[in-house]
Amino acid sequence: MSETFLDQLLYMVLLLAKILAIVVPLIVAVAYYTYLERRVIGYMQIRRGPNRIGPMGLAQPFADVFKLLFKEIVLPENSNKFLFLLAPVLSLAPAFAAWAVVPFDDWAVVADIDAGLLYILAMSSLGVYGLIIAGWASNSKYAFLGALRSSAQMVSYEIAMGFALVGVLVLAGTLNLREIVLAQQGGVLDWFWLPLLPLFVIYVISGVAETNRAPFDVAEGESEIVAGFHVEYAGAGFAVFFLAEYANMILISGLTAILFAGGWLSPFEGIPVLGETFLGEGNIAWFLLKTVFFMYLFLWWRATFPRYRYDQIMRLGWKVFVPITIVWVLVAAVISVFGLVTRGA
Amino acid sequence: MNAVVRYLKSLMLLELFQGLGVTLHYFFQPKFTINYPEEKTPKSNRFRGLHALRRYPNGEERCIACKLCEAVCPALAITIDSTQREDGTRRTTRYDIDLFKCIYCGFCEESCPVDSIVETDIHEFHFEKRGEHIITKQQLLAVGDRYEESIAANRRQDAAYR
Repeated sequence: MSETFLDQLLYMVLLLAKILAIVVPLIVAVAYYTYLERRVIGYMQIRRGPNRIGPMGLAQPFADVFKLLFKEIVLPENSNKFLFLLAPVLSLAPAFAAWAVVPFDDWAVVADIDAGLLYILAMSSLGVYGLIIAGWASNSKYAFLGALRSSAQMVSYEIAMGFALVGVLVLAGTLNLREIVLAQQGGVLDWFWLPLLPLFVIYVISGVAETNRAPFDVAEGESEIVAGFHVEYAGAGFAVFFLAEYANMILISGLTAILFAGGWLSPFEGIPVLGETFLGEGNIAWFLLKTVFFMYLFLWWRATFPRYRYDQIMRLGWKVFVPITIVWVLVAAVISVFGLVTRGA
Repeated sequence: MNAVVRYLKSLMLLELFQGLGVTLHYFFQPKFTINYPEEKTPKSNRFRGLHALRRYPNGEERCIACKLCEAVCPALAITIDSTQREDGTRRTTRYDIDLFKCIYCGFCEESCPVDSIVETDIHEFHFEKRGEHIITKQQLLAVGDRYEESIAANRRQDAAYR
């Protein structure tokens, strides 16, 4: 009896340690992602970006966080207090929970479940609730309109995103994220981005639209609806929404790396010279490198592209992406059936 | 046919990649920003900043209270009171400049027959209390004493054009 209890306790502690091992680096990553964003966009606009606080401005994110946390939390009059406070949590929780099934390496995954991809889809859909509840509970027409815009956009692009994932499923033949990565073994040309190139492009673009980032950030319109669904939030509440948005961006980047760019696999796999070295073997560093690359793309696009008009966003989502993905899912099926792509290992 | 080509081209996202190329190019360009307190942009010797009252090399103040600067000041920022000193010369008892009114036009300097009131190239000054924006004769003379070297150097450099 006592032994089983101890076992359970040990199991719980281990699980907690695993969760902390993901969540803490993730929060730090979010903090430095905001810093990176300001620096990268600054550099692209021939500015320097924040470089005053700490060496090279590296303490800037902490200054921002403390500023936000010490600000007063304002509860709007006539707002639904319970939902108003629940909404930020509802939008942050799925962004963090989705990381449970993300494989960082062959052995490094908290929950190696077979329905991993479905779980990811479910979690990313849940994020919409936090957003729409925030817009509604604020009791402000601006927040409400912003929430409607964002959620309509997110729901639309979820479809294109889902279809893009179906292509990956067809080629990999599994919903388990770890096995999806293993199905891509064999160097950079064996990753799914090549046979599924249109789906890859659509997935990444939908990811940007899904996280409401530029050039799809219509929810943010200073002249009409201010900052979208979170206008009424200040201080810590706003910080949580901010955290959720950036955690989602990192999640989408990580998922793109896993689904289309071979996760932790090395791009030089199969080159005999590199064989057993660090470069030739799969490694957690490769996964992080790929994730950072896709994270950089988010910033690069924000610095480059002008914002889409709302009807253009809807047209792109429904009339361009959905048809292309459907066609390419069929192509992927043909590729899979006739064995045009070798399934790894 | 043209429409088809255009459609295919837009599917290739060519223009988007072109735009990305532009931003990436500027990402590696040298930046325009000056790291201000450490780096500063070059300043003209004619820069008109904080005012100063100068002295002759023997220590006598230059100002003879002719009040030309007070008269010419378009913003009415200068207030002067004068009296006769024991040696029979006319001197100011009060020489106030309201730095909030001042528009730094440099007319006072141009009107001065004895090169007494000048605008130095100091632009980094601030006030911490109400009332500090009106600087007195003592403060102006102190500024002049402290920065006489650079004031004189700037005047020398510009002498040929005055």
